[in-house]
Amino acid sequence: MRKYTPKGSVQKRAAYTNRFKVVPSVPRKEVVDDASKRVLDRIESSGIGILDAYIEIDQLVIEIDSRDNYETLRILKEECCYRMCSELSAIDYLHDRGEFEIFYQMLNLDEARRVRVATTVKKGEAIESIVPLFAMANFAEREMYDMFGIPVNGHPYLKRLLMPEDWQGHPLLKSYPLQGDEFAAWYEIDKIFGKEYREVVGPEIRDPARIDRGDTRRYSRVGHEVPFGADPADEESLTPIEYSENFMVNYNKSSKMLDKRK
Amino acid sequence: MAQHQVNYASSGGLPIALTTVDKLVNWGRSNSLWPLTYGLACCAIEMMASGASRFDFDRMGVIFRASPRQADVMILAGTLTKKHAEFARRLYDQMAEPKWVISMGSCANTGGMFNTYSIVQGVDRIVPVDIYLPGCAPRPETLQYAMMMLQKKINRESANMKKNKKQRFV
Repeated sequence: MRKYTPKGSVQKRAAYTNRFKVVPSVPRKEVVDDASKRVLDRIESSGIGILDAYIEIDQLVIEIDSRDNYETLRILKEECCYRMCSELSAIDYLHDRGEFEIFYQMLNLDEARRVRVATTVKKGEAIESIVPLFAMANFAEREMYDMFGIPVNGHPYLKRLLMPEDWQGHPLLKSYPLQGDEFAAWYEIDKIFGKEYREVVGPEIRDPARIDRGDTRRYSRVGHEVPFGADPADEESLTPIEYSENFMVNYNKSSKMLDKRK
Repeated sequence: MAQHQVNYASSGGLPIALTTVDKLVNWGRSNSLWPLTYGLACCAIEMMASGASRFDFDRMGVIFRASPRQADVMILAGTLTKKHAEFARRLYDQMAEPKWVISMGSCANTGGMFNTYSIVQGVDRIVPVDIYLPGCAPRPETLQYAMMMLQKKINRESANMKKNKKQRFV
């Protein structure tokens, strides 16, 4: 028999790791074009330390410290014509690097150019809100808070966006189980009926193809062996299935066999 | 006094219909099933099509009502999220007895393809379901067939709802 390993602490366990998987990586090139260099000079001249800068798929990526995010985006918006922040979110690298990556996708509509500003925060660390610069960040930062649990300083209305307000856990974390933890499994029952109804309703059925042959009330009677509501364990209620006579007949035994004509 | 001219014995019987209270009440109930105007996801589009002129639910006496107080049937059409489950149950509680529930589509039946943390795995965890309607999404004809099945079910029931042994857990 296989050795038993307790599976209770799925929250604390690392995410699934495939030993043979090689994660494909995009080649990073050096910054050579003038327009990108001008943007980097502009940011550096205002005293912001750029940790790394490279071109990834023809797009400039600037890595900065998480405390400089507001100032960097302000310079990009007001001085470099990147007036639009098209996307903002986080990536969970807690298992590999012990930190989140937060990225801001900036768009320059005048020159049709894009820049990605990336920064990292440790778990539990907060990041400064950019809602005063970009109104779109309002919902995006709320979603980031909801899904990853990254607090945002100075946000006008920091509240869960998608999940209910009394939800526990942050579902987009890699450590969050796909089918939910125990809180998620009983959420609607606890909320509507109370915890004492867990036994009445029973656990979630996660196999959508499951057919309970014993349940002749709610499910169709498989094969119609048992009448509605009867107990299938009761031998007397069973009726034999009558199959068709010409079902599964081997027609190859007839005289017109192909191999005889060869 | 004029002689009564009708000979009942030869002209089609007495002008009296004999029936039971059960049959009479169920006849009324099953032919005026008013569902709640309540859609959750893409199945609700098919439900709307069933109510509109091409498929025409009105000819079966099925008229969508905008208030749970006036509705008899709750059609749970679509994916029920755990966030919304509380409100679905509240709408069910607000409906007056007798009331029936149709679970429309795979998501409402079992959670469907949403085998995730945020979806209720079958609405029968929340409300007692009378008809499970498979499909993703079911065609309007299927919903109409489910409504006809519900009519058949009601006609089998007793008019006294207390006698019907339903799996009502609340």
